[in-house]
Amino acid sequence: MYRYDSIDRTLVHERVEQFRDQTRRFLAGELNEEEFKLLRLRNGLYLQRHAPMLRVAIPYGLLSSAQLRALGSIARRYDRGYGHFTTRQNIQYNWPKLEQVPDILEELAAVEMHAIQTSGNCIRNTTSDHLAGVTPHELEDPRPWCELIRQWSSFHPEFTYLPRKFKIAVTGAPQDRAASLVHDVGVHIVRGPDGEHGFEILVGGGLGRTPIIGKVIREFLPRRHLLSYLEAVLRVYNLEGRRDNLTKARIKILVRSLGLEEFRRRVEAEWELIRDGALDVNDTEVERIRGFFAPPPYRALEDIDPTAGGSPAFRAWYRHNTAAHKVPGHRVVYISLKKPGVAPGDASDAQMELIADLADRYSFGEVRVTHTQNLLLADVQQNEARELWGLLDAAGLATPNIGTLTDMICCPGLDFCSLANAGSIDVAKLINERFDDYDYLYDLGELDVKMSGCMNACGHHHVGHIGILGVDKGGEEWYQITIGGAAGADASLGAVIGPSVAKADVPETLARLLAVYVEQRLPDERFLDTVRRLGVKPFKERVYATPAAA
Amino acid sequence: MQRRLLRDRQIVVDDWGYTFEPGPVQGRILSMDEWLTEPTWSGTGNRLGVVLKPEHKVELLAPSLARFELIAAEFPGPGEGRGYSQGRVLRERYGFRGELRAGRVLRERYGFRGELRAVGYVRYDQIFFLARCGFNSFELPEGELAAAAKAFSTFSAEYQPANDLGLGSALDHR
Repeated sequence: MYRYDSIDRTLVHERVEQFRDQTRRFLAGELNEEEFKLLRLRNGLYLQRHAPMLRVAIPYGLLSSAQLRALGSIARRYDRGYGHFTTRQNIQYNWPKLEQVPDILEELAAVEMHAIQTSGNCIRNTTSDHLAGVTPHELEDPRPWCELIRQWSSFHPEFTYLPRKFKIAVTGAPQDRAASLVHDVGVHIVRGPDGEHGFEILVGGGLGRTPIIGKVIREFLPRRHLLSYLEAVLRVYNLEGRRDNLTKARIKILVRSLGLEEFRRRVEAEWELIRDGALDVNDTEVERIRGFFAPPPYRALEDIDPTAGGSPAFRAWYRHNTAAHKVPGHRVVYISLKKPGVAPGDASDAQMELIADLADRYSFGEVRVTHTQNLLLADVQQNEARELWGLLDAAGLATPNIGTLTDMICCPGLDFCSLANAGSIDVAKLINERFDDYDYLYDLGELDVKMSGCMNACGHHHVGHIGILGVDKGGEEWYQITIGGAAGADASLGAVIGPSVAKADVPETLARLLAVYVEQRLPDERFLDTVRRLGVKPFKERVYATPAAA
Repeated sequence: MQRRLLRDRQIVVDDWGYTFEPGPVQGRILSMDEWLTEPTWSGTGNRLGVVLKPEHKVELLAPSLARFELIAAEFPGPGEGRGYSQGRVLRERYGFRGELRAGRVLRERYGFRGELRAVGYVRYDQIFFLARCGFNSFELPEGELAAAAKAFSTFSAEYQPANDLGLGSALDHR
């Protein structure tokens, strides 16, 4: 993985000192709340319901074992012994003390991490495919390009006060595991007319109050122009995006109001003026970065079936929680952070430290964070899978539910977030209690359930096969259900099935939706495909036919 | 009262005046409206500056840019970011070499009548980034001038090319 040189180190350390001074000035009364807010938000620090929340960047979801160990240690010493992994591959601490945040940042800097631009109206952490570099059929590893974008976007002087936040995702495989179509900019590595790799650029996707699927602004961008093109997009957005209304300030609204053609014309006009200049991608620099992502020294192994003669529990885990690896004899291993009874995406300090140790023993010392709020070890030998499973299982990290109904995406909700209308963690708990029969879950197959506690859609509910949105109805927590959303290369937005339902009725509502699916599905048809084939009507009719509580 | 500001990293007495400020000065800073609607200004032989509001297109000034020795971009509130792009475009596309000022007095004259202190907004923490966008002149609250002179060394390195005219020294880079 990428390692800092003196430039990276200097910048991150100077940032810590800058923030230490800003915090001091705030505590001394030299900065007021509003002034400090704009500064702390550039370092991922929110003032939340109970305590500050600190969001730490995990660039494109990649962690070394030393970094994960440090995250665990910080969770124990500065927080209440856990951290929450997010849909944008970051980690959040919910209970740090404001005056200790500069010290946390200093400890992060020591392991080459930071919280720079993890919130605020600036360019956020660049996310990517959690299977980058190991998945079969990948055109090219996207992570070197993510790192290039990370550097270009960090402390970019011109784009420090954008109209609103700005998120970029990069993928290099035909399957989109980074939800790039619902990002402000999606970058897809593609093969150009002459066979050279370059980029397809999408713009204007997003969730929140106004969910929109991103549109192609440029079908093929030669690689050397990546940064100048992004700079042109950002400059047009910075100058012309709305600033009068927070809910209309994202680039998706600008693209929609100008129309894609006009927006493209303005970007291309700007780009013509700045291309072929200092922002041209430097091949030497790309090769330097690429060197950090070279494949690890895999052993020459044959593919085997390690489940032969194994227990049913191991077989279920292997089938659901591991995935194909491009190198024979190896497997990608998901570590489920969706154990029933635990808030989705949460990991304890001891679990983080254990996973760091397991990464050292079984997966070249690297761990990844998925946008579905799980962790994964990318390079596990198949012949060691059983041993690894035993150790994960003993630590409560082998729940065999990856890709199933209970592998829910979930925001922190009302319990922690000052924006939320309704709880999400307790709804996840109710769903887990209702759907505890693994044979039924496996029979349902691939099913993305995504839940957000408010319109801001941190839980990506619009693109869940089943989406659950918390709404406030006269001071009570209610839930609006959508079906038919998807986040992948065939992204779509879910349709609302009808009036929102009470919290206690959410599991019964899901059960009814799934009953229709089980009755109506064709062989090998996923829930999503059945919804797409039949439309919302039969599902809606079943849900509202009789009161849920009956 | 004489206004002091930070110009080329030095605290100096401002020798320019906005048109609403009485008294003799070296040069006059006009509003965009005054420039566009009262062409007599161009014939006075005065040294001229002009105020660029966030919503103004830089292109408006392009035909007459040679007439101005100073452009003052207005920063009406703490989250306003358009001036950063305007600065770079002025310097890089139009080759403007004069004084490029981040102004706070402007808001106090042209903006709201009340609550002026909270909105006229150029502060310590913005200076480093403004200086990397070509700004070389900063109107700050008087009490912050001395401390703000240190802002130019907030960072000693950079990840991306920009316009460091206002910074005075080169940053480390790859």
